[in-house]
Amino acid sequence: MKPPPFDYHGPASLGETLRVLAEVGPHGKVLAGGQSLIPLLNMRLAAPAHLVDINRVAELDTIAAEPGGVRVGALARHAAVERSAAARAVQPLLGQALRLVAHPVIRNRGTVVGSLVHADPSAELPAVLALLGGSVRLARLGGEREVAAAEFFTGPLESAVAPGELAVSAFFPALPERSGTAFCEVARRHGDYAVAGVAAAVTLDEDFRIAAARVACVSVGPVPVVADVTEVCGPRPAASVGWDVDWDAVARAVQDRIDPEEDIHATATYRRHLTGVLVTRALKSAAHEAGHGEQGEL
Amino acid sequence: MNHHITLVVNGVVREASVPARRLLSDCLRHDLGLTGTHVGCEHGVCGACTVLLDGEPVRSCLTFAVTVDGREITTVEGLATGGELSPVQRAFAECHGLQCGFCTPGFLCTATAFLRDNPAPDDEEVLEAISGNLCRCTGYQNIIKAVHRAAEIQAEEAG
Repeated sequence: MKPPPFDYHGPASLGETLRVLAEVGPHGKVLAGGQSLIPLLNMRLAAPAHLVDINRVAELDTIAAEPGGVRVGALARHAAVERSAAARAVQPLLGQALRLVAHPVIRNRGTVVGSLVHADPSAELPAVLALLGGSVRLARLGGEREVAAAEFFTGPLESAVAPGELAVSAFFPALPERSGTAFCEVARRHGDYAVAGVAAAVTLDEDFRIAAARVACVSVGPVPVVADVTEVCGPRPAASVGWDVDWDAVARAVQDRIDPEEDIHATATYRRHLTGVLVTRALKSAAHEAGHGEQGEL
Repeated sequence: MNHHITLVVNGVVREASVPARRLLSDCLRHDLGLTGTHVGCEHGVCGACTVLLDGEPVRSCLTFAVTVDGREITTVEGLATGGELSPVQRAFAECHGLQCGFCTPGFLCTATAFLRDNPAPDDEEVLEAISGNLCRCTGYQNIIKAVHRAAEIQAEEAG
């Protein structure tokens, strides 16, 4: 349970980090919070020749909340984003999801961007980025690119980050007026990876009818599964969410989109069932929040 | 290749020469001789190795010593002041919050930081705060009581 040896690099600036990453190429691995990487090293499931520790690159420790969304820098810890009132105000789903990420002590070290790059299909934050249609900014020596969430998650524990690149920030867009969000999951113990989980976003129109409804599901596919359920949900008066919407049809629409696998924690059938229940629960909660936000009351 | 690092551990400047892969937990125990920090699972699940990094609880088994070069660490050895147990330590003793004691250093560090940030927690907040620490023998009921009792002791002493 000790990490294999590696060459250590502790750059102090972004420029230096990108130079080192360009040099070590496919043999390099970036260390930020380390809450997923170091267990993998301790268990010898990963053995990178070079570790590039970005913990001294203070310029990456940023949380910028603007009306259009929240941009989170590569060194912003889960706990810092969770505590940021400005980030919560612009995109409440961040706080709702972060409360479910592991335990408080893990959140003191783990980073939001690190979770995205780790791309665990059971993790909450990839689902949040996918649901919101956010993006990740990847920098390399001499350039950068912004990769949309839909292209960023390429498989279980695989993301679009290429050798020599550093994920410098992630952008979580805000939602329009009269929107609400929720994250519901079932885990064997609080803080464990979810057996199934659903992030939901609902936007109401001026007459408080459902104008847009989307969900992102975790632990039921190789990457977060996003489903747009606007057509099945609306446009119906949100005042009667729970009465008018055919929730069984909504749940079925999402269940048809997922391809869960069986493991020691749950059968595929149970995961599919849970996802259906959580879709309904999360959408109702998001619709409720959308109708009771500061923009208006039902 | 070894790296020369300086840590401020429990208020004392300590130096060590460590390979980059040295976990903070092993650095504290082997290089600095502070065996109060216990090592359980070594992959971040059990919480026994929890120490305070600049006051915030972190898993020392999921932190490289070289990463925290120059930072302040508080271990269980640093909780008592002047030979007197801290309020959290006294509460654990009083409420039978420990039995074999293996998980205790992690619980004490976690609870110390938690009560600093939230001096009057309710049951649910205590549960959430200690959810990342496993105990296999004492049982959680007395540990929860101990955290509440520590909050009381701190309030009494502050008042």
